[in-house]
Amino acid sequence: MTRPLGGFLKRVLEGEQHVLGRFFGPVERGIYRVAGIQADREQSWSQYTLAIIVFKIICFVVVYALLRLQGALPLNPNGMGAVAPDLAYNTAISFLTNTNWQSYGGETSMSYLSQMLALTVQNFVSAAAGIAIAAAVIRGFTRRSASSIGNFWADLVRTTLYVLLPICVILTLFFVVEGVPQTLAGSVTALTVEGAHQTIALGPVASQEAIKMLGTNGGGFFNVNSAHPFENPNALTNFVQMLAIFALGAGLTNMFGRMVGKERQGWAIFSAMAALFLTGAAVTYWSEAHANPLLHALGIDPSLGNMEGKETRFGIIGSALFATVTTDASCGAVNAMHESFLPLGGMVPLVNMMLGEVIFGGVGSGLYGFLLFAIIAVFMAGLMVGRTPEYLGKKIEAREIKMTMLAVLCLPLVMLGFTALAVVVPSGLSALSASGPHGFTEALYAYTSAAANNGSAFSGLTANTFWNVTLGIGMMAGRFFVIIPVLAIAGAMAAKKTAAPTPGTFPTDTGLFIALVIGVILIVGGLTFLPALALGPIVEHLTMLRGTLF
Amino acid sequence: MVFHLPHSEATHGGRQPEHRSQGSLMQTSLLLPAIGESFRKLDPRIMWRNPVMFVVEVVTILTTVLLIRDIVAGGTHLGFAIQINLWLWFTLLFANFAEAVAEGRGKAQADSLRRTRTETLGKRLLMNDEGGYSHLGLYEEVPAPELAVGDVVLVQAGDFIPSDGEVIDGIASVDESAITGESAPVIRESGGDRSAVTGGTRVLSDWIIVRITAAQGSTFLDRMISLVEGAQRQKTPNEIALTILLAGMTLIFIFAVVTIPSFVHYAGGHISVLILVALFVTLIPTTIGALLSAIGIAGMDRLIRFNVLAMSGRAVEAAGDVDTLLLDKTGTITIGDRQATAFVPVSGVTEHELADAAQLASLADATPEGRSIVVLAKEKFGIRGRDMNALGAHFVPFTAQTRMSGVDVGDRQIRKGAVDSVIACLGEAVPSVEQIRQIADEIARQGGTPLAVADNTRLLGVVHLKDVVKGGIRERFAELRRMGIRTVMITGDNPLTAAAIAAESGVDDFLAQATPEAKLALIRSEQASGKLVAMCGDGTNDAPALAQADVGVAMNTGTVAAREAGNMVDLDSDPTKLIEIVGIGKQLLMTRGALTTFSIANDVAKYFAIIPAMFVGFYPALSALNIMHLATPESAVLSAIIFNALIIIALIPLALKGVRYRPVGAASLLRRNLLVYGIGGLIVPFIGIKLIDMLVTSIGLA
Repeated sequence: MTRPLGGFLKRVLEGEQHVLGRFFGPVERGIYRVAGIQADREQSWSQYTLAIIVFKIICFVVVYALLRLQGALPLNPNGMGAVAPDLAYNTAISFLTNTNWQSYGGETSMSYLSQMLALTVQNFVSAAAGIAIAAAVIRGFTRRSASSIGNFWADLVRTTLYVLLPICVILTLFFVVEGVPQTLAGSVTALTVEGAHQTIALGPVASQEAIKMLGTNGGGFFNVNSAHPFENPNALTNFVQMLAIFALGAGLTNMFGRMVGKERQGWAIFSAMAALFLTGAAVTYWSEAHANPLLHALGIDPSLGNMEGKETRFGIIGSALFATVTTDASCGAVNAMHESFLPLGGMVPLVNMMLGEVIFGGVGSGLYGFLLFAIIAVFMAGLMVGRTPEYLGKKIEAREIKMTMLAVLCLPLVMLGFTALAVVVPSGLSALSASGPHGFTEALYAYTSAAANNGSAFSGLTANTFWNVTLGIGMMAGRFFVIIPVLAIAGAMAAKKTAAPTPGTFPTDTGLFIALVIGVILIVGGLTFLPALALGPIVEHLTMLRGTLF
Repeated sequence: MVFHLPHSEATHGGRQPEHRSQGSLMQTSLLLPAIGESFRKLDPRIMWRNPVMFVVEVVTILTTVLLIRDIVAGGTHLGFAIQINLWLWFTLLFANFAEAVAEGRGKAQADSLRRTRTETLGKRLLMNDEGGYSHLGLYEEVPAPELAVGDVVLVQAGDFIPSDGEVIDGIASVDESAITGESAPVIRESGGDRSAVTGGTRVLSDWIIVRITAAQGSTFLDRMISLVEGAQRQKTPNEIALTILLAGMTLIFIFAVVTIPSFVHYAGGHISVLILVALFVTLIPTTIGALLSAIGIAGMDRLIRFNVLAMSGRAVEAAGDVDTLLLDKTGTITIGDRQATAFVPVSGVTEHELADAAQLASLADATPEGRSIVVLAKEKFGIRGRDMNALGAHFVPFTAQTRMSGVDVGDRQIRKGAVDSVIACLGEAVPSVEQIRQIADEIARQGGTPLAVADNTRLLGVVHLKDVVKGGIRERFAELRRMGIRTVMITGDNPLTAAAIAAESGVDDFLAQATPEAKLALIRSEQASGKLVAMCGDGTNDAPALAQADVGVAMNTGTVAAREAGNMVDLDSDPTKLIEIVGIGKQLLMTRGALTTFSIANDVAKYFAIIPAMFVGFYPALSALNIMHLATPESAVLSAIIFNALIIIALIPLALKGVRYRPVGAASLLRRNLLVYGIGGLIVPFIGIKLIDMLVTSIGLA
């Protein structure tokens, strides 16, 4: 699936001929005409970055306004009122940064118009922006002595129109067939067998579900996300959802390979990501397949594993795999409560995010995040073979290293800094549902999820104003303080000459390089968090073995 | 015959790289001043240049202030605190010591150079009536520092050359041992490519008139002194990039460490600043941070001891990156002179007859080519050299007009010379002309030079003169190819001959009938495709190409223009050295890379030593992470910090000597270094910290 998708992505983003262009070409040109975009005018890296920022500001204003005014706007069958300012701010940031952290419960606070026009639209364009940036970065590597890295507006429109929309239409139809509701009608109230009234929330779920996965957004229609039977009714949809999460992230590695002219380069990245994914999935499954040893001691059958917080229709494998997938990619959709995972099982999603969402990752962001680590790996490897390091023929010099370090620095700063703040101030502490290491993990998970633009939550956390504000800052920092240096690198790379490979250049498409990148990701990306992890899940795991729970 | 082998003793004559400073890396005479220097370098204004160690210094001062406060206030656990403090200061001193040792070696060399820069008097010539200068003309004695650029001085036998200059008249043998360390005198003469003279060298015989080209303070000797002293040392591009990487990692670990107190507060525990500082210092890449500048200085120093002066560290780094090597054919790929290798007679003439005539014609010919004909005839047919006088022979020397030489014995006129000249002399009518031409073309195709031999009006045949490719050069080119370097031979020969020699020597490509413009164009086109080019040259016409090349090695015997244009000067004037220079450049980068990898890989073990020690007070369960089973939390922290300091000292020899470079492909080089320094870096500290812990516990330090 990776190859055809990669090939198609390349055609779209290189502006080449493709099947869909014949049908939707007029639509594309129409959009350009209406918006006054000159699609063939190339932008320098700073213009490209500026375009993104302008676009994001517009998005923020629109989403914020829609949420605040939703009470007065149509398509609101359930009569939702205006969203509170801090929540509206948090939600707007969350969706435009492709994080989709949800401090709200979808079915209890959002009108259908908000869901569709504010949130679903952002699901599309924030994902498209991610892919556009990845494409711009790749162009930086492929162009020689160039001053431009593409046109953001054209990349944005093309990705949305030719990649995200068509695939989403297919996915939506599939989900509808499998029983996911797609309606504009209001909630249904049912009389349950016990005689109580239960409100069954409905809405245009299937369409949002499709882009939520494909665009690694993860913002569910309902509060409990993909654990909800209307979002993710059965094991088949569960599988398709996981596939959709990885699809574009994996496809982009292939697009990378194709654009740089050597598919093997793409497969090398793919392999490194796959190796990290499989390790994470195996650890989570191993952890969850064993029941909580303390319950076992109470005489409960351990053969089921740890089923707390999991849906029986997915089971251990479906849940463990989903948790790994959703945190590898920066999706953040959940089909089980990560909080209820055993400590080590819950640590894997946490570590996945701490590594910067580079295991397939968010659409686009996974690839450029990975490239940052690749640059560091190349730099060290280059030194070790006695040459000025080069990646794909581009020399890695002081400027690139500076930008790379800026981008890499931003994650621990946000993740650790805000956690340190939250676990000492009262307004931070009051939101935690658990105490001790487990409560600590909740806080760490929240900021990690925000900065990594994942958006999944450990649950348990009741986000209040303090959290809404700090998480919002974290999400912005995690997105833009990475994007800006990354595009600066792209600009610097594009301006460089490309050297042809010689036997003296070490190959970046071999197992050795893959192993080196994995090592760099784990040591540079992961080691920073070891003290924090030791005080969270690790100590929790060790004390659980000694018989204490939190 | 002595072949001019790149590695043979004949070339370097015992002047192997180490010849400037014999003896071990760590001479005691260098160590003592270095210890004093390590304390002087604690000055924050000097430390500032090295961000990683500067941060260490800041936190060390902080803990020392806290320690003094505790001592005054009468705190507990003082013994432990004092030890940690001591080791923190040791870490700083060890780092400074590494740099001081590296610098010390340069300083010692600079001092010996300074001693040779004697105060001399220059004999400034006055212009004569015709506006020129004569070695018999009037001169005034002027102290060397007062000589200005453009002044003309006379240097006679026994005089020191007062300053750098260009010979404008005369020829002299010059002792340049002060600069090159080579005691055999060299010839310096006006015109041509051997016209540059260096201030501080001494004329042994004859006289030369020199036009001064360098003002006092910017002479070659001055530059050399400041280079070996490292006074002008600036960080090289790659070193800057690495410094940024290390500074970034330091920042990351600042975040990791400063957030811990808050986490610990949440967990209801307490943690002392001292422990945090210890964790921080062990985590940040101090090993490479401490050794980084020493590696750079040692790299330059290695070149200097190899008798190559790099004008900047940038050039040394560029040498490691070289993709294309331009080599002159003569003197580098082939030995300087052509050798006779075969006699090819025309039909009706025996080979013996041809050899005999050719030898006779060459007996009085002192050129290497002539002598090689004599030798070949003797080797092949046992024809001994005969006494010219006994034969009553009369030697006819080579002239530019006839382009032939030979001998008259009685009425026999034996001539040898270029095929066309001999035929032109005898006329087209003589027999065998066609056959001679065919033979000559065949020889040219094989890369040889044909030399026709005629006895009176009879054409006997052709002597095959061949460029002799140096022994072992083919293997060197194969080695370079494995290193990923393309070799291009530069020659003035016609393409046919050039192709034949290229094939024989195994170069990857050649540039025939090379003009300075063609060389320059070749370098530009290589660079346009992103390649780095190295070349060496000595002539003025090489200057533009030397300046254009990324690594331009000028021969010390070359002209002033060439020496100015290049960014390295080879004092031995040995063009094959380019190959070693590339190796030294690579070694410099490899050493940095290896130690960086080692430093970062070390962190894993240090975490496992300190994290359990840090948190076990309030989360006893975390003692499970103490996989090294270190005795107590105190001993664990102390051992980690001691290991961190000692590893710097332990790696100083490696930093100075450099990681060994082998000319194998990049992939296998990377695999090896990753294994040694990456995996090794993971394992070594586990063992080291455990051992130190056992020692520390057994002698009761913690």
